[in-house]
Amino acid sequence: MLPAPFEYHAPKTVDEALELLDQLGDEGKVLAGGQSLIPLLKLRFASPGHLVDINKIKDLDYLEERDGALRIGPLFRHKSAERSSLLASRYHVMADAAPQIADPIIRNRGTIVGSVAHADPSGDWGAVLLALDADLVLRSSSGSRTVKARDFFNGPFSTALEPNEMLSEIRIPASRSQTGGAYLKLERKVGDFATVAVAVHLQMADGQVGSAGIGLTAVGPQNLKAERAEAALKGRVLDDAAIKEAAGLAAEAAEPKADHRGSVEYKRNVVRVFTERGLRRAYERARGGG
Amino acid sequence: MGHSITVTVNGEKKTAEVEPRLLLVHFLREKLRLTGTHIGCDTTHCGACTVLVEGIPVKSCTMLAVQADGQQVTTVEALAAGGTLHPIQAAFKQEHGLQCGFCTPGMMLTSIALLQEKPDPTEDDIRWALSGNICRCTGYMNIVKAVKSAAVQMKTATATPEAATAAARS
Repeated sequence: MLPAPFEYHAPKTVDEALELLDQLGDEGKVLAGGQSLIPLLKLRFASPGHLVDINKIKDLDYLEERDGALRIGPLFRHKSAERSSLLASRYHVMADAAPQIADPIIRNRGTIVGSVAHADPSGDWGAVLLALDADLVLRSSSGSRTVKARDFFNGPFSTALEPNEMLSEIRIPASRSQTGGAYLKLERKVGDFATVAVAVHLQMADGQVGSAGIGLTAVGPQNLKAERAEAALKGRVLDDAAIKEAAGLAAEAAEPKADHRGSVEYKRNVVRVFTERGLRRAYERARGGG
Repeated sequence: MGHSITVTVNGEKKTAEVEPRLLLVHFLREKLRLTGTHIGCDTTHCGACTVLVEGIPVKSCTMLAVQADGQQVTTVEALAAGGTLHPIQAAFKQEHGLQCGFCTPGMMLTSIALLQEKPDPTEDDIRWALSGNICRCTGYMNIVKAVKSAAVQMKTATATPEAATAAARS
């Protein structure tokens, strides 16, 4: 299968890329890892007139903690996340998710930022960013603005990005002590999209939940943030009752559709079970275990 | 509009004029007539079209040829350079690591990248690394055996050339 014809641009700087996006308007599309975009082009689900390939731009492949935030650059690939000792030791929900993205060959090329900009409701990173309460930096030739992950996703494959903007960085509040996270995913086989997945992030404080983040994958028109479940945990001792209550609220927040991967009831129940398990695992890790 | 690209394929510089929408797999198969790289699902699932780009396994149906401009690409044709089977090929032959052979080029290239990174992989490492390559004959048992066997051969070969020759004769 061949994509529909398009013009190809390979700018050498971000400014050059942004200028192109400005000129091209709706016809311009940023190409990063291409592991979602190229299949879309081949299936003719998308046929932009121009691709702006950012792979030739230097210094976009980074993951670093700076000024109170973990920063992820546009060319930081899933594989690098999978291998990162920083993520393994301090950002558990990301370290859990990375090896569960697609398959190993796709992870070699696909990027976190590209996946988030693609905004597939079955994508994993969106739920992770919602749980971590991430900020997304949207840059255009006229400047940049920062949007919370919860305000970024508008629906299936739809985001707050304007045609002339690129998602230039993801910022996650730097991990402090007593944080723990987990990502649980149910998939039929390696490389399949999630049937259901749940991202959990906990910040403990003096034996109580300081803040909790819960993101849901593949159970709504976009990645969902289970805000009532998060609120119910705040300030609580994380005992069985608190965990059960939050898991129930997360299941209520899910808006699954029945398909070949499962019924509405089944998917909702998986959300409940995974939220419970995720909270227990995150709690264990926040206390320095697991 | 055509783009002139130069890609180093199996050590040789190849220059061609390509349409931006041309996929790397079509560049290899149709422009260069390197048909060892197979097209399976054509939807980024099966891994039959896997090649090494700068030494890293990539599904060549999911990369544009223009993106390979200035890069090194390795296909299955490079493995038996000079007519001698690469240890991974010898091991697939020895251990019956193929039935129909359609997935084999991708399986071998992914395995080579694994062995370069982990010369002594566990069975789990091998199964994990190959989880993006699908074998329709479901010959996974022997594929895993072949990779294990190749690992031993390649380690011996790097340790001492004499030992490698001895191992090959045994």
